[in-house]
Amino acid sequence: MGKKIMFYPGCTLKGVAKNLEDSTVESARVLGYDFIELPGWTCCGAVYGLAQDSVKFTIANVRNLIKAQNYGKEIDDNRLIAVCSMCYNNLKRAHIDVMKNRDKLKTLDLFMDEEADYEGNINVLHYLQFLKNDVGFDKIKSAVKKPLKGLKVAPYYGCLLLRPDEVAIDDREDPHILEDLLKVLGAEVVDYPLKNECCGSYHTVDKKEIVGERTYKLVSVAKEMGADVIATSCPLCFFNLDKRQEIAKNKHNDFEHMPIVYFTQLMAIAFGLTSQDVLHFDKHYISPEEVLKKWL
Amino acid sequence: MKYTIKEDPHKNELVQKVIEISGENIFSCYQCGRCSSGCPMAEFMDVLPNQVFMFLQEGDVDTLLKAKTPWICAACFTCTVRCPVGLDLAAVMEAIRELQLRKNYDYIDPYKVEDREELPPIAMVSNFRKFTP
Ligand code: SF4
Ligand code: SF4
Ligand code: SF4
Ligand code: SF4
Repeated sequence: MGKKIMFYPGCTLKGVAKNLEDSTVESARVLGYDFIELPGWTCCGAVYGLAQDSVKFTIANVRNLIKAQNYGKEIDDNRLIAVCSMCYNNLKRAHIDVMKNRDKLKTLDLFMDEEADYEGNINVLHYLQFLKNDVGFDKIKSAVKKPLKGLKVAPYYGCLLLRPDEVAIDDREDPHILEDLLKVLGAEVVDYPLKNECCGSYHTVDKKEIVGERTYKLVSVAKEMGADVIATSCPLCFFNLDKRQEIAKNKHNDFEHMPIVYFTQLMAIAFGLTSQDVLHFDKHYISPEEVLKKWL
Repeated sequence: MKYTIKEDPHKNELVQKVIEISGENIFSCYQCGRCSSGCPMAEFMDVLPNQVFMFLQEGDVDTLLKAKTPWICAACFTCTVRCPVGLDLAAVMEAIRELQLRKNYDYIDPYKVEDREELPPIAMVSNFRKFTP
């Protein structure tokens, strides 16, 4: 049994992003941690509300933080890990927001009178932060069984790991944390100037042509820089960069497909976890199997 | 794009609403253009991000209510983190959407979304939250 740590999966990981969930939980297990799904969690709402006079987008997040507060006391650990960039961003913003605006917190505590008050002690972390600061890259290095030598990876952060400033997991204009991890796994990291540019986000629902254009640009530049794959941590970035290649291809003759992977899948592979029960390549529109076959 | 000063923005009710909802002092924008130059959605917009502030400062919210721009913004926060005076344009965009959403306006109809089966929950949840009341 590893050390128990609270894990917030989010709704997308429980279905279409099984490949992200299982590769996260299983890679953590190799490192000696038991990621326990936060008991009673609910969907975070994906986008944080920006209206100052409304708390409707903050409620679910604070409720999740309270659940973490309760369970955290049981296992004597206040860390709450998220791996979906949007879940991370939401939970972290909510925490910072109510700590700064105590009136808001008071309103929410009163509204949720069936719950304990939020004491503000939950440490929301993205999995990458946990890996770097709590586990340590040295330990990760010693767990690598199949170094990803020769695999050229474009690291893609998108928006919500880096913006706004108060939740940034690294320097927002020149982040390195993902690169550093990929190097520890033995991969070759390509310089990717669009690594912090938005993919078009939720426009994929009603304006997918725009997202197709973003995907065209993001994938083509990664290709130009010599990448074999793009690595991300957000199920929405993943869907847009993967599935919307279909639109990019239809519109642009010169477009060449490229597989998209979660960084956690690369970590799992480097740790020797190559079972499809962990990797779930059936969840990919563009299969990464061919590009990764050397290590599978 | 033509600009006409419509009304003293300090007396314009809608401008004041935008300020109230976003919490941003729209008068501190000095039109440096940095928000527009880094905006990944600018090429799809009919009013550029910096022009949003120009219209607000001129008391012309009507143009913004008719514009596509607030519905094209992807809330990526690139402008927010780069604005030299610290304006949160993403929040201002949201405030302009809110002016309409709070009148029970649906920008999209969830039942008319194509290929709902293939879209991940994260896409639909985020989209419906931004585009429906
Ligand atoms: S960000 Fe998405 S996947 Fe994560 S819980 Fe929220 S809505 Fe669900
Ligand atoms: S890149 Fe796209 S999906 Fe990813 S965080 Fe930004 S908007 Fe979201
Ligand atoms: S970056 Fe800021 S100051 Fe410059 S035009 Fe945009 S909103 Fe105005
Ligand atoms: S938040 Fe909106 S306006 Fe600002 S850079 Fe992103 S898409 Fe453009």
